[in-house]
Amino acid sequence: MDHFLQNLLNALQWGSFYALIALGYTLVYGVLLLINFAHGDIFMVGAYIGFFVATFLIGSYSYHIPFGLPNEVLFVITVLVTMVLTAGVGVTLERVAYRPLRRRGAGRLYLVITALMAGLILEHGNLALLGASRRSFPELIPKVVYQWGGVVVTNVKLLVIVTTVIVFLLLEAVVRKTKLGMAMRAISYDRFAVPLMGIPVDTVIVFTFVLGSSMAALAGVLFAAAYPVLEPYMGALIGWKAFIAAVVGGIGEIRGAFVGGFLLGFVEIFVAAFFPSTLRDLIAFFVLLIFLSFKPTGIFGVARSTKI
Amino acid sequence: MRRLLVGGVVVLAVTLMCVCGAWGKSLKIGFNLPMTGGIPDVGESSKEAAEMLKEQVNGAGGVKVGKDVYDLDFVYEDNEEKAESATAAMLKLITQNEVLAIIGPQASKQAVPAGETADSFETPMISPWSTNPNTTLNRPYVFRACFLDPFQAPVAVNFVSEEFGAKKAAVIYDIASDYPNGLANDFKKAFEKRHGDGSVVAFETFTTKDTDFSAQLTNIVKSDADVLFVPQYYGEVPLIVKQAHELGWKKPIMGSDSWGSGDLMGLCGDDCKGLFFTTHYSPVGAKGSTKEFIDRYSAKYGRVPNDVAALTWDAIRLLLEAIRNTRGLTGNLQNDRKAVRDELAKIKDFEGVTGKMSFTTTGDPIKCAVVVKINDKGEYEFYKSVCP
Repeated sequence: MDHFLQNLLNALQWGSFYALIALGYTLVYGVLLLINFAHGDIFMVGAYIGFFVATFLIGSYSYHIPFGLPNEVLFVITVLVTMVLTAGVGVTLERVAYRPLRRRGAGRLYLVITALMAGLILEHGNLALLGASRRSFPELIPKVVYQWGGVVVTNVKLLVIVTTVIVFLLLEAVVRKTKLGMAMRAISYDRFAVPLMGIPVDTVIVFTFVLGSSMAALAGVLFAAAYPVLEPYMGALIGWKAFIAAVVGGIGEIRGAFVGGFLLGFVEIFVAAFFPSTLRDLIAFFVLLIFLSFKPTGIFGVARSTKI
Repeated sequence: MRRLLVGGVVVLAVTLMCVCGAWGKSLKIGFNLPMTGGIPDVGESSKEAAEMLKEQVNGAGGVKVGKDVYDLDFVYEDNEEKAESATAAMLKLITQNEVLAIIGPQASKQAVPAGETADSFETPMISPWSTNPNTTLNRPYVFRACFLDPFQAPVAVNFVSEEFGAKKAAVIYDIASDYPNGLANDFKKAFEKRHGDGSVVAFETFTTKDTDFSAQLTNIVKSDADVLFVPQYYGEVPLIVKQAHELGWKKPIMGSDSWGSGDLMGLCGDDCKGLFFTTHYSPVGAKGSTKEFIDRYSAKYGRVPNDVAALTWDAIRLLLEAIRNTRGLTGNLQNDRKAVRDELAKIKDFEGVTGKMSFTTTGDPIKCAVVVKINDKGEYEFYKSVCP
């Protein structure tokens, strides 16, 4: 029983990262019908920006911030600054790579290929700029280990899980309750009629990228806090897997990304716990394949273009 | 006057060419190193050691082989820490750059397939750091400068049994990489030989690029093992050690020779202090030529050389020794390569900075292993030496 509960907690943490990244995929897809394959690398960029912000704040670059703030506060500042900066990267990407194509009426296939390319540029740009050496994320939150019976949990683990749930609820509220959310849903419903109603499509799209990229940044910083070794290719594999999670949940659906992310996390952790790890991805993706063959549109998906 | 001037220039030019021709003879040696990928620090420190040796040798006038004097000329190729790129780099070095011999690759994952290429092209290769037996097995042209895993594993087993009184052990390793895979299995074999079947109570695997080991480590923590053996590279060790501590593991963790290279302490911090690992040499308290090497390296690069740098240094010097022993190169690449190979196989009692070595018939040296402890300052402190 302890064993099961412990793995449940492990799976919740691991699934949180998939869920957070999948939310970014799903937002962009919901509005633009674009699969933003660069999103995993935005997550990597977020982790690196978080690293530089955090090391700057703790005074690694011959500058000390004057107030002597406690590390927990520094962590919160790191998260917020990183989200803003990474949102800037996401918006720049949209401006430079996607918008010109969209304006010229290029097909969705070209957008997807551009996205793949943009991801590679981010990875190798990082490699060229910062070198291949790995970096260690500073331990801003002192590690506390709680033990209940045979179950062990750290404060970072709890933070990751709780943050993911809160972010999901916030996003749901934004999309369902605000005007911007209504505009996002309207664009996903009919991209050509919406401008006629006086809705600024470009603004809404930029806003979508801001939301998606800051989710990725949040995931990046939390990931770096939980697994503090950074490398340029860290976003590639987890990005693809999160994309699959989003598809299984029903891409374009926020609830789908959330559920799909956790589902993938659970399957992976439980397979690794009870089978040899060589079978992990095989079994995990086989299970997802079966899901999709019974419900090709994903768990929450409907076979229509209106989503989010 | 004018004719004289032209004549003078021509004579000067011819003399210069002759001099350059005589001086310009060079020994081309290839390096197959991981400059990018998961262990870039390994490639970096190998290159640093090589450059330092090159400067020293060329500064002293070059290598004298028989009647001729040669300058060293090193060609570096990046193998990206991938098996297939290592083979491609090998082919390029052998056929395109036409090197006399090759140093590297460092990690077994690249050294095993690259050794196959070197052997089939009959080009001598010395891997400084690959401890997997398959690297040199049935390959007369492939050598190494370090001890083997079947030797290292019993050293680790005896150490944990005597030091911690371990009766049950747990292992976690990357099943998709030759070095951890081979060493983990050697460790299991040696441990079960000493403590009986089933004494390795958890034998958990993961695959390259994984970052979350919580499921496997949960099994290990619940398995009631006395010690955890982690034969991984410095990129994964911090993640494994930290997650193990987060899941409540408080018992000793034992590492292997892959721990000592690269920025382990920078990535791992306090979590790794007090842990032990087996390695090739220990820079703290070194004497003689080892100390000389360490001092010169530290003065040049501002840090203590790791085991990879020391082994690369030894590997190149072994190769130069063999080249000198040929007493003259013919210029025919194929014959020269064979001559160098034959001389390498004959080397006895070579004094390297990582210890004394003689080669067995399989191209493996017989030498000692060292167990080091990571002390509270994060330094690798000499703890014990174990000889075969």
